[in-house]
Amino acid sequence: MDELQELERIRQEGLERLAEANDAASLEAWRVAYLGRNAPVMQVFSRLGQAPRELRPQIGQSANAVKQALEAAYQEKLEAVRRAALEEELTRQKLDVTLPGRRPFLGRYHIETQTMREILRIFTSMGFQVYSSPDIETDEYNFTYLNIPPHHPARDMWDTFYLTTPGLLLRTHTSPGQIHAMRQFAPEPVRVVLPGMCYRYEQAGARKDIQFTQVELLAVGYDITFADLKGTLQDFADRIFGERLRTRLRPSYFPFTEPSAEMDVECVICHGKGCSVCKGSGWLEIMGCGMVHPVVLQHGGYDPAKFTGFAAGMGPGRIAMLRHAIQDIRSLYENDVRFLEQF
Amino acid sequence: MKVVLSWLKEFVDIDLNLEELARTLTMAGLEVEEIQLVGLPMPPAERHEFHYSGLTWEPDKIVVARIDEVMPHPNADRLVLCRLHDGQQEHIVLTGAPNLFEYKGKGPLPQPLKVAYAKEGARIYDGHQPGQVLTTLKRAKIRGVESYSMVCSEKELGISEEHEGIIILDPDAPTGMPLVEYMGDAVLDVSILPSMARCASILGVAREVAALTGKPLRLPRATLPATGESILGKASIQITEPEYNPRFVLGLIRNVRIQPSPYRVQLRLRLAGMRPINNIVDATNYVMLEIGEPLHAFDYQALVRRAQGNPPTIITRRARPGETLTTLDGVERKLDDFTVLVCDTAGALSIAGVMGGAETEVTEQTTDVLLEGASWNFINIRKTVAAQKLNSEAAYRFSRGVHPALAPEGVKLGLERMALWSGGEIAADLIDAYPVPHKDPQVDLTAAEIRRALGIPLSLDEAENLLSRLGFTCQIEGDVLHVQTPPHRLDIGEGLVGKADLIEEIARLYGFDRIPARRLADPLPSLQEDPNLAPTDKVRDALVRLGLQEVITYRMTTPEREHRLYLDDAPERNAPYLTLANPISLDRSVMRRSLLASVMEIAERNTRLRERLALFEIGPVFLPVEGQPRPDEDWRVALVLTGTRQPPAWDRKEATPMDFYDFKGILEGLLEALHIPDVTFRAAQTSTFHPGKCAEALSGDRVLGVFGELHPKVKEHFDFGPAPVLAGDFSLKALLESMPVAYEVGAVPAFPPVLEDLAVVVDESIPAARVEEVLRQGGGKLLTAVRLFDIYRGEQIGAGKKSLAYRLTYQALDRTLTDKDATSIRQRIIRRLEQELGAKIRG
Repeated sequence: MDELQELERIRQEGLERLAEANDAASLEAWRVAYLGRNAPVMQVFSRLGQAPRELRPQIGQSANAVKQALEAAYQEKLEAVRRAALEEELTRQKLDVTLPGRRPFLGRYHIETQTMREILRIFTSMGFQVYSSPDIETDEYNFTYLNIPPHHPARDMWDTFYLTTPGLLLRTHTSPGQIHAMRQFAPEPVRVVLPGMCYRYEQAGARKDIQFTQVELLAVGYDITFADLKGTLQDFADRIFGERLRTRLRPSYFPFTEPSAEMDVECVICHGKGCSVCKGSGWLEIMGCGMVHPVVLQHGGYDPAKFTGFAAGMGPGRIAMLRHAIQDIRSLYENDVRFLEQF
Repeated sequence: MKVVLSWLKEFVDIDLNLEELARTLTMAGLEVEEIQLVGLPMPPAERHEFHYSGLTWEPDKIVVARIDEVMPHPNADRLVLCRLHDGQQEHIVLTGAPNLFEYKGKGPLPQPLKVAYAKEGARIYDGHQPGQVLTTLKRAKIRGVESYSMVCSEKELGISEEHEGIIILDPDAPTGMPLVEYMGDAVLDVSILPSMARCASILGVAREVAALTGKPLRLPRATLPATGESILGKASIQITEPEYNPRFVLGLIRNVRIQPSPYRVQLRLRLAGMRPINNIVDATNYVMLEIGEPLHAFDYQALVRRAQGNPPTIITRRARPGETLTTLDGVERKLDDFTVLVCDTAGALSIAGVMGGAETEVTEQTTDVLLEGASWNFINIRKTVAAQKLNSEAAYRFSRGVHPALAPEGVKLGLERMALWSGGEIAADLIDAYPVPHKDPQVDLTAAEIRRALGIPLSLDEAENLLSRLGFTCQIEGDVLHVQTPPHRLDIGEGLVGKADLIEEIARLYGFDRIPARRLADPLPSLQEDPNLAPTDKVRDALVRLGLQEVITYRMTTPEREHRLYLDDAPERNAPYLTLANPISLDRSVMRRSLLASVMEIAERNTRLRERLALFEIGPVFLPVEGQPRPDEDWRVALVLTGTRQPPAWDRKEATPMDFYDFKGILEGLLEALHIPDVTFRAAQTSTFHPGKCAEALSGDRVLGVFGELHPKVKEHFDFGPAPVLAGDFSLKALLESMPVAYEVGAVPAFPPVLEDLAVVVDESIPAARVEEVLRQGGGKLLTAVRLFDIYRGEQIGAGKKSLAYRLTYQALDRTLTDKDATSIRQRIIRRLEQELGAKIRG
């Protein structure tokens, strides 16, 4: 019976010692002492042959039970110690999460590119193809073909930069692209959106600059009416301003369209209540539009008796100004990083 | 154009309040920019869409009063006391108005003066302060006399800037009547579109109001209430070029008395923005504002004198070479051969339709007036206005087109007004030269045509109704509407253009808001998008992904600004520019030739604002080409980098500046993102970059662009800090042409690679690219990656040598490579390096 008592003593002593081991090193020492090759319980196994035969099974079972108990206790303790060590380690690694992060350099698009892309995406999704034409234009393309003959009063509407080369000028609008596109596609129908840089001989101020981008729409086909113009522009306004704002078409005059209209949209800032952006009117003028004038259709190579069309033009710069409450249009091309980095 | 409300109401009844009227006009194409209140109250509205200015006159505080006597002030010479009755009681009112001095001390006035009287507590503008400063009348003692009210000047009531004298109303003004009731008014500032020149008159606007509201239009009755002998035989007209002067009408009035016009007339002229002169000149201006026909009054006796006592002959002709004329403004003008003149037998009298001459103008002494009403070719007037840099109310209208039918109407109305205000006798008859009568277009329209343009099924009856409201005469015949243009419009064309013109008028009156919106139903045309758009966006996207900020710059510059980008003796400084004929400022005189110069300016401007700048722009430059009408618009991609390599952070103390290789790394990233094949770099020399830190990038044989560190001499031209400035200028066309439409990708290897390091010692003069080329040739297909990870120079390897350490990756797609395979590749590589470059392998 001595061996059984010895086993019980080993178990108790082992567990007591284990309770005192609280780090990896003392745990390892305990493991070697109580579960290693020379541990007391192992010695019980090796002495088993010397025990009386009838007692051997009982001693063997007990020794196994003690060994398993010690092993289980060891595993449990090991886990606990590791967990505690990890916790301590984690606590030690705690950061001040309010310190600033390390930022990579963020590339950015110019705000005008962002707005232009948005506009083009909307119109291309409606089936308008992007068509580009040059900045340097001839008088004919910029004016005459657009039903603005020399000395016509309508020429007053565009203050123009002329070049020293006779007949050449900086386009005052993207409309010459209408003629280029029509002449390329006629007599097939055409549905294009024309983006580009335009120039006006004007004293630059907060609301107008000598250079600005414009986007123009042109649709020429067999069955294109003022109703299509309204529908297209209403869809555009809904998408670019992201909510259903009221719009209205107000009669206006452009030599290359008839009827001509200005499209006003309910002020995006005050929703029509009146504010400084809309100067109290509740409306913002966002684009000019109209049905393509028969003379322009003819210059483009179409028979006005068979074809009709509409055109519209707007300034992405102006739309960006409205959406971001930009005070001075000249900030667009001054390119101060403190301005650019806000977009 | 300033539209005076009371004047407008003479021609059409208006039920709308000011706000509604302004909205109605605006929505019909007559945009109201501002409303000036002249006494009237703000219209009631939940919210005012329009901008209002001006003053409201309180009915109980500002009234018509009667001055019965003007008495001297006991203590001041420059002040007078008025005995005044405001309809309820008598007051003694103090004033310094000089226009009352002539009545001072004359005892009770036989004809009392009617004035605008402001009582205690009235809110008016301060007459002695510049601009419009509101003030409230308070009781005060001025030089010992109590004052609590005043007689007002125009300035104090917000009518005009006039504050020298007080307003003296017409004698029939009813004493005691609130002033606002007597003459309260409003002025709508209407912007007139070029297509609506017919509306540059009160009648023109009234015609629109009538059409829009359905109220009848009261046309002015143009009779000739003649009381004198006929004009026939007293003058004659010779038109030499009817194309420029289609019509010329003369009328005559004799025995006029030149004096100021009635106050109500002066008031209207002032509110419409014109200065009253005298009753004759005012009559011409009044008629011009009223119906749109500019008139010119000649002193008839002056003309007779010039014709040596004979009846004058008025001749219209073009100016002769070298001819000059001194106009009313005192300027002697050199005339162009297209300038049309009104002359008599003695010479030029006026520039037709623009401005009169001094000699025959109406003066205080004038007794007989010859009145001209004419019509002129509007393009010719426009050219004259532009050439002479001379404008006038008459030229404004004539240069936009005045219908010839208005000429006799204007002359008749003018004579009538002159007779009314100056008491003359109108001569019977008019002389009317009308060599080429104007033909008002007749246009045929069908319902199908209306529907085709507007998308609405409008019946011809409805179309007729809309057009006749505007004065068109319509007749329906079967499915055709015959439309006759009324004789006051020049904006309706013939044929197809005429149809479009009429359809616009139908749509405008029908209301754009009533036309339904529809999604495009016409079949979609074939798609042929600008082929450069998507690839250009890829370039832009790649640069933004690489951390660069896009800029968009002005495309106008000066040669001097661009030349900063080049060394002093660079050939680029002689390149021709596309030059503006009319630059708006000295710093924007040409179209740029260098996109990099534009971006460099932006970098310079921002250099002190950030530790690091990485900017790019994609845009055109403008290159004149000999013998080619238009310049080349060559699209470029320009990049500028300067400043620290890494973003600043609180635990990063060192800030290394970017150098050549940072730029090149970004460029390599760009070319990789664009999948541009066969990229190589070679040293280059330019007028911009450091001779030893400059390279060209190529794809195959195609040069993509050049980049490098700014030459120190070039950098001196700019205001940059000490950090190197890296820049590059690339051809967008070359980039786009090098971008493959499709490209192949390799399979991900299933077997492990063998990695090996190799240090190659070569002469300093051998470029790294050459070493890598030989490495790859030696390694063959199994050498899948070569990465340079160190460069060493030092005594151990000898002077003039460098050691390049590479990490090589050997990889087969079909098997795991053995040590034997690796050794054999390595030996091939080494052999090749030794043979071709005389290289030695270290370690």
